[in-house]
Amino acid sequence: MALSTSSNFAKPDDAFRALVETHRGLSEAQSADFNAALVLILANHIGDIDILREAIALAKRRVIETQQQQQQQ
Amino acid sequence: MAQVNGQAKVEAEIEVKMQAKTQFGYRRHADQERTGADVAEHAVVVVGAGPIGLSLAIDLAQRGHEVVLLDDADRIGEGSRAICFSKRSLEYWDRLGVGDRMVDKGVVWSVGRIFHGDSQLYEFNLLPEQGHKRPAFINLQQFYAEAYLVDRVEQLPAISLRWRNKVTGLEQRNDGVLLTITTPEGSYRLLAAYVVACDGARSSLRQMVGAEFSGHMFEDQFLIADVKMTAAFPTERWFWFDPPFHAGRSALLHRQPDDVWRIDLQLRPDADSVAEKRPENVRPRIARMLGHDQFEFEWISLYKFQCRRMDKFTHGRVIFAGDAAHQVSPFGARGANSGLEDAENLAWKLDRVLRKLSSERLLESYHTERSAAADENIRESTRSTDFMAPNTAQEARLRRAVLALAKETEFAKRMVNGGRLSVPTIYDTPLSTPDGEPWGSGPCPGTSMPDAPIAMRDGRAGFLTDAFIDQGTRFTLLTFDNGGRVEPPDGVGTIRIGGEGGLADRENLAGARYDAAPGTAYLLRPDGYVAARFRHPTQPALDAALARAAGLN
Repeated sequence: MALSTSSNFAKPDDAFRALVETHRGLSEAQSADFNAALVLILANHIGDIDILREAIALAKRRVIETQQQQQQQ
Repeated sequence: MAQVNGQAKVEAEIEVKMQAKTQFGYRRHADQERTGADVAEHAVVVVGAGPIGLSLAIDLAQRGHEVVLLDDADRIGEGSRAICFSKRSLEYWDRLGVGDRMVDKGVVWSVGRIFHGDSQLYEFNLLPEQGHKRPAFINLQQFYAEAYLVDRVEQLPAISLRWRNKVTGLEQRNDGVLLTITTPEGSYRLLAAYVVACDGARSSLRQMVGAEFSGHMFEDQFLIADVKMTAAFPTERWFWFDPPFHAGRSALLHRQPDDVWRIDLQLRPDADSVAEKRPENVRPRIARMLGHDQFEFEWISLYKFQCRRMDKFTHGRVIFAGDAAHQVSPFGARGANSGLEDAENLAWKLDRVLRKLSSERLLESYHTERSAAADENIRESTRSTDFMAPNTAQEARLRRAVLALAKETEFAKRMVNGGRLSVPTIYDTPLSTPDGEPWGSGPCPGTSMPDAPIAMRDGRAGFLTDAFIDQGTRFTLLTFDNGGRVEPPDGVGTIRIGGEGGLADRENLAGARYDAAPGTAYLLRPDGYVAARFRHPTQPALDAALARAAGLN
């Protein structure tokens, strides 16, 4: 199985909203702690090291590309 | 984690109490009378009489070789050092005739507990099933292990053990290695067909062959104290993250024989290494942990750990084993145990090469198999050490999340890494014959033989590992229920389970652990690893597997 990047939620806005709302009222450090816990929980639920590595690579590419764009500006 | 090179200064360990458990005398040897070009010649010289060198010398002597074993000191027994010896090591020591003494003296354990703060996160059992001759681990001070091995050496006239013989020169030749050895009475030279360097983490032979020894050094310091006390703690491995008595760091408590307890406390990278090991400063730390100060120090040491290995374990006719070839952090008991596996892996191969039964190429498989094992050990112990001492704020955050989630979820418990304890590596090796038939379970080629209870011919209870020793610790065919009725090739032992005249598998555990059906046969190497397995072996298939395992193809 490969990492699915097609839209899997019937209502994607609900999913995004749930993630955003949970950070409200949290400090930067608390938000980061929350994200760390959530990532671990979801990674275990996926339970497939190859998919996890693909997801990591995709997320990392975003970070690096964003950084490069900022440097060009 | 900082990058260091092989020449980096290693933090010296400091003993507060010198404990020469056994003192040995230097004795002049006839080889020292030879002068000039007249040099004594030997098949094998082993350098370093620690657990690895001693075991290797015994193994080679039992296989019929004369061995010179050199050590630059004249005593053993400063500090406890290694304390956890694995099931695999005990099985090896059984083959060397010293297993019983080790187990009789050692404390047997298989349960570990991990705590976070003042509550237990989980417990694990490293040998949850019955029917094995040896336990998952014993704890035994290294000086006891060495003393028992020296006693065994002294029963073997083929070993010439020479204390205060320090190798100070090494010259590789086509047909051997010329060693210069310095003694209290001056220097002499020896020509060895093969030299095995078991001279420890600061190996001088490694420097003499000019080998690189690079890897990672961990910044955090660890304080190791062995204390003597009477205590009611169970014989288990207890590991704490962030305990109330040592906030923000980790701690380990583990029992040894003679009412001695190993205590390991993680200190900050900037801790004052001189002040921290003074007994008056260590005492209050330990008293906080134990809740009392009714204990005496046996040994105190302060470490920084390194994880590194040599690129190549063989350099011409000089072969490296144990800490000389690879170093790991101690969380996982992978140092001495992996060194003993090196010795066992090397001994039978060197035996065959010295007898000219196999070519020197067989020794290449020693490097292939044991360097892969070293990589695995380094990977595992690096992960453990990184978990204990996170390198960045984000690593610390992920660890905090794991520890918090571990209180209520199984998955996070299994991510908590307080040391993953040594198990034999499965070799991906050219010596193995790949499976040609479907197998449900059982040890695949490249796996150390699982033990199982069996009834010996005289009816007494025994184990498969005993039967392997009874066959001479050589290539051995293990067959189930008249396995194909093939004749074992010349020089190959046989263990027959079930069938007419075979050993009885009364508890059906041998059959189950080897996924056996009538006709099943396993070809075991002299180090007890599976070389090949067959549902119904044929003579040509068996001959081919044997040739392959002996490096003859």
